[in-house]
Amino acid sequence: MNYIDLHAHMISRTTDDYHRMALTGCVAVTEPAFWSGRDRLGPLAFADYFDHLTTFEPARARQYGVAHYTWLCLNPKEGEDRELARQVLALIPEFLDRPTVLGIGEIGLNRVTRNEMATFLDHVELALEHHQLIHIHTPHLEDKYKGTKVIVEALARDPRIDPARVMVDHAEEHTAPMILEHGFWTGFTLYPRTKASPARALDMIEMYGPERLCVASACDWGESDPVAIPEFILQARRRGHGDLLIEQMVYGNPARFLSQSPKFKLPRPGVAVSTD
Amino acid sequence: MDDYSNTCPLSQKQLLDDYFMDHRAQLLALAAFLDRFERSNLRNAETDFRIEAFKEALHLLVGPGPERARRVQLVMSDQNLDLLDVRDSQSAYGAPVHPAPAHPHDEQEGAQ
Ligand SMILES: [Zn+2]
Repeated sequence: MNYIDLHAHMISRTTDDYHRMALTGCVAVTEPAFWSGRDRLGPLAFADYFDHLTTFEPARARQYGVAHYTWLCLNPKEGEDRELARQVLALIPEFLDRPTVLGIGEIGLNRVTRNEMATFLDHVELALEHHQLIHIHTPHLEDKYKGTKVIVEALARDPRIDPARVMVDHAEEHTAPMILEHGFWTGFTLYPRTKASPARALDMIEMYGPERLCVASACDWGESDPVAIPEFILQARRRGHGDLLIEQMVYGNPARFLSQSPKFKLPRPGVAVSTD
Repeated sequence: MDDYSNTCPLSQKQLLDDYFMDHRAQLLALAAFLDRFERSNLRNAETDFRIEAFKEALHLLVGPGPERARRVQLVMSDQNLDLLDVRDSQSAYGAPVHPAPAHPHDEQEGAQ
């Protein structure tokens, strides 16, 4: 089955991973900007990173027939540094016109501090100013509940935000309902140990219904699996779900969300995707 | 609370036939971890916030009521919604370091 992985940090992965993803049906990935595992030395490092994401990665993916798109931002782990945030935010507009940039992301919160929140809101302003889609990272572990609540309530209060243009990612059992209630898209990231496993993502799809839900591998430099979506497909079939639902989760829904950017081209133009 | 009954397409018999062995292994891993914790040669974390949250969550597993996964998540969550003045560390710990006074007892009791 063909699939779109809308959260994959391919800069951290080998070309062998593109190969495996292509072999298992991956037709497109979208790569949010994130933390490299250590704080970067200054704004120039981000300019280099954004250039890498918009030149080298699309070319590398193309060799395997995989379309590569990206999201740009200063990630939440580095959002505490307000001066760095101001410098990086000033850099982003010159990259937004590049043909594979879909929006601002993955922005959000890490330890849920005042500075992180200010940096998050600055990114939201930038997205609104340039009419960009927004991709949101919700915090890890014990910080997820409060961070998600703070983010969702702040965006819901802002009448300029169209929730249909916002993806709130890394949702779990205690955060998905509040995200969906406010009309945002919700993502489940399929990690081996943290966040949502394929089995628990399926549980949530069964409980909350498939509308505005997506799954992604979120593969990065840590313990993660670039073929987590094929694993999800296998487990969904074992669970007794039909291909119609599974295809909606791994292809139709991400295509519907991403197609709101005029730059996103459907990898399989023959397959109809409802955009209502 | 929402009613999620009948949402899993497999019968209980199918669930046991297909998944019992996986979760049997997970149950034993958990039991052995708690034994190991007790057998430790240095008992210096008897009331560590992580083991406290862990034990509280275990009660939810054997208690009645739906949505155990969501309720376990809430036990493992910081529910104080105040923003931190400054970042204390880069990483999270997996359980709330200072459990909020309004812990999720309301939620748990409501579900039962
Ligand atoms: Zn990510």
